[in-house]
Amino acid sequence: MYNDKIEAINKELETVFNNVSNKLELENIKVEYMGKNGKITQLNSLIKDVPNESKKDFGMQVNALKNKFTDEYNKINKELENKEINEKLNSEAIDVSLPGTEIAMGSAHPLERIVESLESLLMSMGYDVVEGPEVEKDLYNFELLNLPKGHPARDAQDTFYVKGDEYLLRSQTSPVQVREMLKHEGKEAIRIICPGKTYRRDEDDATHSHEFTQMEGLLIDKNITLGDLKGTFESIAKMLFGEARTTRFRPSFYPFTEPSVEMDISCFNCNGKGCNICKGTGWITVGGAGMVNPIVLRNCGYNPDEWNGFAFGFGIERLAMLKYGINDIRVFYMNHDVRMLKDFDRREY
Amino acid sequence: MAVSLNWVNDYVDIKDVDKKELASKITSAGINVEKVTSTHIDNLIIGEVVECTKHPDSDHLNVCKVNIGSETIQIVCGASNVRKDLKVIVALPGAILPGDFEIKKSVIRGVESNGMICALFELGLEEKTEETYSKGICELDSNAPVGEDPLEYLGLSDTLYELDLNPNRTDCNNHLSFAYEVSGVLNKKVTPPDVSYKEIDEDIEGQVSLEVDTDNVYMYNLMIAKDVKIKESPDFIKHRLEAAGVRSINNVVDISNYVMLEYGQPLHFFDKDIVGNKIKVRMAHDNETIMTLDKEERSLTKDDIIITDGEKPLCVAGVMGGLLSGINENTKNILIESALFNGYNIRYTSIRLGLRSESSLRFEKPMNYEYTILAIKRACHLLEKYADAKIVKGMITYDKVDKTEKKVKVTLEETNSILGMNLTNEDVTKILDSLGFVYEKDKDTYLVTIPNRRPDIYPQKEDIIEEIGRIYGYESIKPTLPIITTKKGRYQDSAYLRKIVSKRMRSLGFNEVRTYTLVSEDDSKKFNYHFNDPIKLLRPMLKERSYVRQSLLNSLLEVVNYNLSKKNNDLLIYEISNVYSEKEEYLEDTKLSFILTGKYIKNTWNTNDYKIDFYLIKGIVENLLKFLGLNNRYTLKLSDSLPKEIHPKINSEIIIDGSEVGYFGKLHPNVSKVDCYVCEISLTKVLEHKSSDVKYTELNKYPKIEKDMAFIVDKSVEAMDIQKEIKKSGGKLLSNIVVFDVYEGDKIDSNKKSIAYNLTFEDYNRTLTEDEVMVIFNNIIKQVESKFNAVLRDK
Repeated sequence: MYNDKIEAINKELETVFNNVSNKLELENIKVEYMGKNGKITQLNSLIKDVPNESKKDFGMQVNALKNKFTDEYNKINKELENKEINEKLNSEAIDVSLPGTEIAMGSAHPLERIVESLESLLMSMGYDVVEGPEVEKDLYNFELLNLPKGHPARDAQDTFYVKGDEYLLRSQTSPVQVREMLKHEGKEAIRIICPGKTYRRDEDDATHSHEFTQMEGLLIDKNITLGDLKGTFESIAKMLFGEARTTRFRPSFYPFTEPSVEMDISCFNCNGKGCNICKGTGWITVGGAGMVNPIVLRNCGYNPDEWNGFAFGFGIERLAMLKYGINDIRVFYMNHDVRMLKDFDRREY
Repeated sequence: MAVSLNWVNDYVDIKDVDKKELASKITSAGINVEKVTSTHIDNLIIGEVVECTKHPDSDHLNVCKVNIGSETIQIVCGASNVRKDLKVIVALPGAILPGDFEIKKSVIRGVESNGMICALFELGLEEKTEETYSKGICELDSNAPVGEDPLEYLGLSDTLYELDLNPNRTDCNNHLSFAYEVSGVLNKKVTPPDVSYKEIDEDIEGQVSLEVDTDNVYMYNLMIAKDVKIKESPDFIKHRLEAAGVRSINNVVDISNYVMLEYGQPLHFFDKDIVGNKIKVRMAHDNETIMTLDKEERSLTKDDIIITDGEKPLCVAGVMGGLLSGINENTKNILIESALFNGYNIRYTSIRLGLRSESSLRFEKPMNYEYTILAIKRACHLLEKYADAKIVKGMITYDKVDKTEKKVKVTLEETNSILGMNLTNEDVTKILDSLGFVYEKDKDTYLVTIPNRRPDIYPQKEDIIEEIGRIYGYESIKPTLPIITTKKGRYQDSAYLRKIVSKRMRSLGFNEVRTYTLVSEDDSKKFNYHFNDPIKLLRPMLKERSYVRQSLLNSLLEVVNYNLSKKNNDLLIYEISNVYSEKEEYLEDTKLSFILTGKYIKNTWNTNDYKIDFYLIKGIVENLLKFLGLNNRYTLKLSDSLPKEIHPKINSEIIIDGSEVGYFGKLHPNVSKVDCYVCEISLTKVLEHKSSDVKYTELNKYPKIEKDMAFIVDKSVEAMDIQKEIKKSGGKLLSNIVVFDVYEGDKIDSNKKSIAYNLTFEDYNRTLTEDEVMVIFNNIIKQVESKFNAVLRDK
């Protein structure tokens, strides 16, 4: 008897749930069946007419019905929720092809990029970054570097003097090395690089600039060889111009080094076959270097019988011109078009 | 300088050496051969004119049948001196003459021509002058071998090296010294030039006397050559001078130049009969004059060395001879001078007179006294041989040269340890021998005597080691890294600050620029904040670059103007650079400067423009100061002492711990029509205010209470003053104050503004009650109302 009733509700529910189309209807069904006076809740009142031996069976059947309802309800509820969310998402659709809001993108000057990459390599090799004044004493820029007044090599670097012959705009960053050696009074090893602005009385054209950037390195220690300089240079060359680069030294002359060398890299454009960039030689000169001249060591308070070392120097403009394919040095200092600057706002990796 | 390899071959045998290969060997040993040129021309052949008839259709052309050995060819020739039986130089079709002139088969006025009969100037072996042109085609000896290479036959086949010498290797400015380099890299021996001559039985003593009255002469030698015959130089001298770019004059003058190119020692020849029998070398007097060879009256100074006859100047030493005392076509007897002067004086004089010659350039550099003596003897040898001179016995000499031999001790082990190589004693001796160095060897130790011809070698072992290394070749050095203490490099404090500030500016969207430090006088006075004196260059190149700038802002403004002209209107630009000024000492100051104009957020389809304004640059400055750990230590306030280029009412001075470090503000409309905001901060000064270490602070676990209040005040009241009063009245429990709205407009009086604040109250030890906050809140209102004549604005 109660079986029929339960079965009837069961049947009825199937139809009812099948026809639900929104959450309001679903909630109404819940009230209709499970509410205080709901059809399923009402079944409980039948218990008093059920024979004792069947009471247990009845209870189980009512519970099964309740569970069935709840499961079905939850299932449909979830489906309806998903449907609502999907409808909301669809209604929020935008045209993602429209442009994004532009965030200002800063950029490092191409010379700064080169300097920073050299700094990070050489600092990892233990070099400190040291600065010095651009208005410098002749004593530090020339005299102590084995360039006494009237020395033929002063010819090549005609200099801007600012007061008599005592002060000048430094023509190289080497005076920083002198200052550093004097500071350590011949007592400690030195490993420094000194990037900075330098000045020469050159007329500005595509390859000359009266202001330019140098970065010199100085290493003073014990039992240092020209091979150590070559290895150091090779690390720099590979970092800047790629692992495939080979290097060579050519004899040269700087008053502050002995022996002195020009540092060449195999041409990155033609890999040594000969092209426009290397003027057919397969090699590109990128810097000058040498073993620190004992005269300079002595001038700066280091005993050459105890200490030795090497120094090297790069023209940052030259490196940047080679690396970025710039063919006019004035690009670095004049007519900065911000569109050009922004070419240098990204990282290479 | 140009080197003739034919000439070099006189001293070291290089006949069979590949000249291109030699050039690259010499270059890798440190003597840069910049250019290799060869006089050789393909398809040039000696021919014999076997028939010569007039061209049927021309007055001046001839039709020649020329036997070139393998065949007889027909050539049309216009030269007046072409004739039967003449041996000539024939350029066959395919020959390319100087000036890229290719010889081709042609038909000249109806007659076939299969080449060209050449003059020397057409082959680039003589200068083209009226004289050489009128000589016509080159007439070879009757015994010239038909079918052979004419240049080879004439000894004109040569290779020239153009040298680009390092400043220390100017000793290679002559053929003999260059020969030593060649012998060094090829491991050969040098045979020096012949300096022998016969002396006639007549002594120089009594014929000329010498007095030297200055310390600027180190050596002065005189010899006499008599009865010279002035005539044309022999061909080989002419050609060699030509190759070196020196014009042939006559045999005597040419010999002095020849010896200079051979030894690097300039000589001077006087006409002995004009000069007389006295030579006095002294410094000139100020305003003394001399008529030089180029017919110019030259005014002298006390820094010029001159050669006189005891009274009158004869010659400006080392620079240029006098017009009257030099060699002319009637000269019979020559007084030869070979001297060493103080190079500084020669340099000074030649620059001042604008007479920098082959001679003066050599005298400026260190020279070799041995060559000074050899050169005068060599000149005698050549004058005897090519000018029929009779050489008077003896030499008058003034000699103050220090002849102490310079010796250096160096060991094999030192050599290897500096070069990072593995040389043997055999390698070292071979190299020292080939360079012509004299040395004593004791096991692994070498005592090397530095030759006088190498003034670049300083007597220290490193200089000898360099010689060994460069000749052995640096390509055999193995790259290693120094075996030394491992440590991490660090930035010096100032460099570190510069670096982090630069990176911060970039991350804030700024583009870095670099501009020139040197500016015009006018520009050096702009944006002058501290009123120091700008530094002026003693010898500027250009007026626009004659002062050292004191501020970067004018340069940045130029960058902005350049970009505006290119329609790049939205700009955020910065530069970090040193500026200098003078105030007894030279003052260095590292400036961070930046400039902004246009829009910060650009006109896009869905956002509003954010036009750059004062509060944006203020925000950037504060961002930077907080980044540098200076929060709560800086104040920003309107200043009336900023440069005149800054807006007097829209600006702010930046003060850290009570001292100024810079300023920012809008540019004065006189300076820029476009709205620009600028900032210049002294990083040098910022560095004096070290920031503290970063420490963790525990956050408050008790709830905060926030309250808003807005006041209507006079427009002239500064928001910061109200804020300070709020802070003071709010006491310890008031932890934060934010301005969240400013209003001026219709809803309030026109001379008033409304400022709204959001206040945060909190206590780290307990939960605050609404009541106690309200007590404080009301007190703040009371205080602000009374202090600023403010009215609390209703919501």
